[in-house]
Order: sequence, then C-alpha cells, then structure tokens
Amino acid sequence: MNINVELVTKILCNFIKEETEKIGVKNVVVGLSGGIDSALSATLAVRALGKERVFLYYLPYKSSSEQSKKDAIAVADFLGVKLEEIEITNFVEPYFESQLEMSKLRKGNVMARMRMIVLFDKSAEVGGIVLGTSNKTELLLGYGTWYGDLASAINPIGDLYKTQVWKLSEYLNIPKQVVEKKPTADLWEGQTDEQELGFSYKEVDQLLYKMIDERYSVKELIEDGFKEDFVTNISERIRKNQFKRQLPMIAKISLRTIDRDFRYSRDWGY
Amino acid sequence: MINISIAQIRPFLGNLNKNTEMHFELIENAIKEKKDLIVFPELSLTGYNLKDLVYDVSLTEDSEIISKLKEYSKYISIIAGFVYEDKQHLFYNASGYFETGNLLHLHKKVFLPNYTMFEESRYFAKGDRFETFNTKFCKSGILICEDALHISSVLTLSKQNVETIYVVSNSPARGLFEDSFYPKELWYNTLKYIATNLTVNVVFANRVGVEEGITFWGGSAAFSPNGKSLLESELFEQKIEDIRIDKKELRRARISSPFFRDEDFKILKRFLDSCGENYEY
Repeated sequence: MNINVELVTKILCNFIKEETEKIGVKNVVVGLSGGIDSALSATLAVRALGKERVFLYYLPYKSSSEQSKKDAIAVADFLGVKLEEIEITNFVEPYFESQLEMSKLRKGNVMARMRMIVLFDKSAEVGGIVLGTSNKTELLLGYGTWYGDLASAINPIGDLYKTQVWKLSEYLNIPKQVVEKKPTADLWEGQTDEQELGFSYKEVDQLLYKMIDERYSVKELIEDGFKEDFVTNISERIRKNQFKRQLPMIAKISLRTIDRDFRYSRDWGY
Repeated sequence: MINISIAQIRPFLGNLNKNTEMHFELIENAIKEKKDLIVFPELSLTGYNLKDLVYDVSLTEDSEIISKLKEYSKYISIIAGFVYEDKQHLFYNASGYFETGNLLHLHKKVFLPNYTMFEESRYFAKGDRFETFNTKFCKSGILICEDALHISSVLTLSKQNVETIYVVSNSPARGLFEDSFYPKELWYNTLKYIATNLTVNVVFANRVGVEEGITFWGGSAAFSPNGKSLLESELFEQKIEDIRIDKKELRRARISSPFFRDEDFKILKRFLDSCGENYEY
C-alpha cells in the first residue's frame, strides 16, 4: 500500500504529458471541487505541463458549501493558476423543476453530468482534454456518476487508492486544509463520503488492497480478520459496478467487432 | 574491448517511418563515434502494444528496412527489434543481429507472456530455440525480455559457450512500493545472476515512454562476468549510453569462479531422460 512517491510522481507526470500530446492537444482542464482528488490531479498536471497549460474550473451548485469554494481557491493559489467559477445552478434548475420529486441521488447525478458537460465544453474552448480525478477506491466501489465525474479523457490517479492519494498529496505539499479535510461529494450540507458509504477509506483500502492487488480470496480475508459482512458487501459492490468501468457493450454481428476482435491501442500511430 | 552504444529509446507505436528515421539517425551517430555495436530494445522499430497492428508493421527478410539495416551493418553491428513475418505468414516478436552486410542472426521470442497486462501469444507465433552465433567480437546470444526470466534459455546458451548475452526488453513499470521498485529489482537480480553464474557479459537494453497508460522504465544496464555493474542508466528518460566490454574480464572471472567449468549437463540429461516424454518428475 505504501508507494514510492518520487517515482510515482515521475511516472504520472510523464503519463499526463505523453498521453495529452499524443491526442494532439497541448492543454488539460480540471474541475476543482475543493477536495483532495482534483487537487492532486491538477497539481500533477501543473508539474507535467507547466501552469500555462492547465485550466481550472470551480463549478458550484447553489447549495455547495462556502468551504469548498475556499478550498478550491486555496488549491488554485497554491498552483498559481487562475480559477474560473461557473455556477451550474441555472443550467440544472430548469430540469429539476420539470421533474416531480427528484431524489437526492438523481439530483446529484444530474449535477455531476452537468459539470462534465461544462468541462468537456471548456476543453474544446481551450484546446485541451479533461483530466480525470477518480481514485482507485472510488472506481472499484463505483462511488461516482457514470459519464459524470467518472468521465474523462485520461486519468492520472485512477490506480491510486485514497490512502495513497493522501500520501502523494502530502509529498506534493498540497495545502493542508485540503489534505486534512473530511472527503465529501458536497451534495448536501454536512455530507461526508465515509458517512454515506458506512466505512472509512482507510478501512476499505486495507481490504481492497488485499482483495484486488494481492488477490486474497474471501475466505483468506475473513481468516485475516476482516468481518465477513464487510468483505462480501465490498466484493458484491465491485461486481455490481463493473459496468461503470467499461465502454458501452456492443452486440456482435460481424467478424470484427470494435473492442472485441478489432483491437488497437489508443496510442495507435503516435 | 567492444564499444557498445545502448539506445534507450521511446518508439512511436505502430509508426514504422518515424521509428526507422530515429534508428537510422542513431546508427549514423554511432558510426561517427566509431562504436562497434548499437543495441536497440525489444520491438524498437514498432513499439509494444501493437495488437492488430502486428500485421501492418511486420517486416519480411527482403523488406526495405531490413535491407537498409544490412547496409548500415557494413560499418557497425546492430541489434534491432521488429515484427518478423516468415514465408508461412507467421508473425514473430523478433530481434535481429546485423553485421558485415548480413542479418547474421534472428532470434524469435520463445516465452511470450500472456498474463496480467500481457497478451503476446494472442498475436505472435512462438520461437522454439535459443542459439548462439559468432560475431566479430564474441560468441553471442539474444534473449527477448521474458526469455531471460527462464532458466532453460540461459542454460541452453551457456551450453553453447556463449560469451555475451544481449537482453532486449519492453519492461513496464508496476508495483511501485515505497521500499522497492519491483521490475527493476527483478531484472537487476536476474541479470546479475546470469552474468555471475554463467560468467558471461550481460547487456540489457530496455525502452522508455508511455503507451496506453503503461510506462516503460528504462534503466538499461550491463554486468561483467564478475558481476560488476558497468551501467545503470537513468529511469524513464530517453538516453544513449556507451559502455565498453573488456574481453579479458571473462577469462579472469572464469579463473576465480569456475561455475561454468564445473557445470554438469550429464546430470541434467540423466534427469530429463528419466522423465520420459512429458518431462514430469
């Protein structure tokens, strides 16, 4: 679980630079939420490309907390990059009003997808690509909105558990107020991820690392001291969310079907 | 002394033109600098994650690029990696040794990794032998990446009196733990083991760059038959490194560590014979 922060930084910066330039663009855009994941992606991007090539956006809804805004500003200041604020309230509200009784979950998803629309639009404006900000813990648990916050062109931190995100962020001197605050999707007042998920990131990362990276079986994990309920819940959750980690499924008709027997790397020809 | 240039390059995936240009430029530089040999990594002319591109970038023995490499090899010996298409239209992950205007030796990768992130045997046919060959400088052998991680390969080369083993690879960075760097440890331990226990020179050329989110770590290296490190190239950076192999070192190593002399293949043969057809004990 412990990572060599120096080497990981080097690899992730090379990754951002090469994979951005291969697509044929110069710039990246990142939506800053005030949280640690987007702060880390943005910081790596600035190290990889220089601050002129990184465009930062803060995209609040009317109920977003003031603290999120302060934290996003702190990150932008730390990076020395201008932060553009675009409030999404006016874009999503007409839709909310057209629907009867939207659940928190539906509203949250719509907000996440609206932010995605803004970021992808801005990426076209500045000649860039959208940088992903989902970490490995979230991706495995499916804790994110498909084609919302999970959407991006390239993701530098998707193979880092939340615990490793904290460690790398400390190493890169990301402002303490962001590193130390409780993770929140800021969907409603006082919401925290860990409260919503029902376990702490540190706790679940220990389990995920053994389950995924070290390939412990369910039986071995229980023998190792993890509670049976916890282990089975998490492994079910990973299974159920597999669809969010894949491209849309294509029904096979021809001899060569895209992604099945028509197989090329994304970096084809670069 | 053999003056060797190790080209730790970043090939462009599936772009033969750009890669060929880069190869020719580096070869011309090495000729100017009076090097004896230039070593390029595995699949240096094509890049690694080729998938269906394997069939588009393959080279036959009479292709223009191969002819050009033969031409250059009148002035410098060259090891380069490419997809080789044989007369039966089988495609191999191959590495060629070019010298005095000829393709002196072609090694086809035997051990094609097909686990975790690797899917080589989906696309490539499998080589079936490890052969040494006589160069201007010494008796040599080529191993392509995974080949070197198997004992049967080095044992076979050793029995044929190999003096220098060239290991060309596309090794990806993974398992970046705090106190270790898994592929580097695995490789340096392996290379050093081969060098010291076979008492041979080992030259390792590994690529750099990023493909499909996978980073190749570089760190090209060389070990003398005494296990002395001759080179530990920078990680992740494109780099052309020069090393000199002292031919006398092999003699010195075999005096002080006579493992090669004392190896007993009769024991191995007796064992294999006793296994019958299936080589199961």
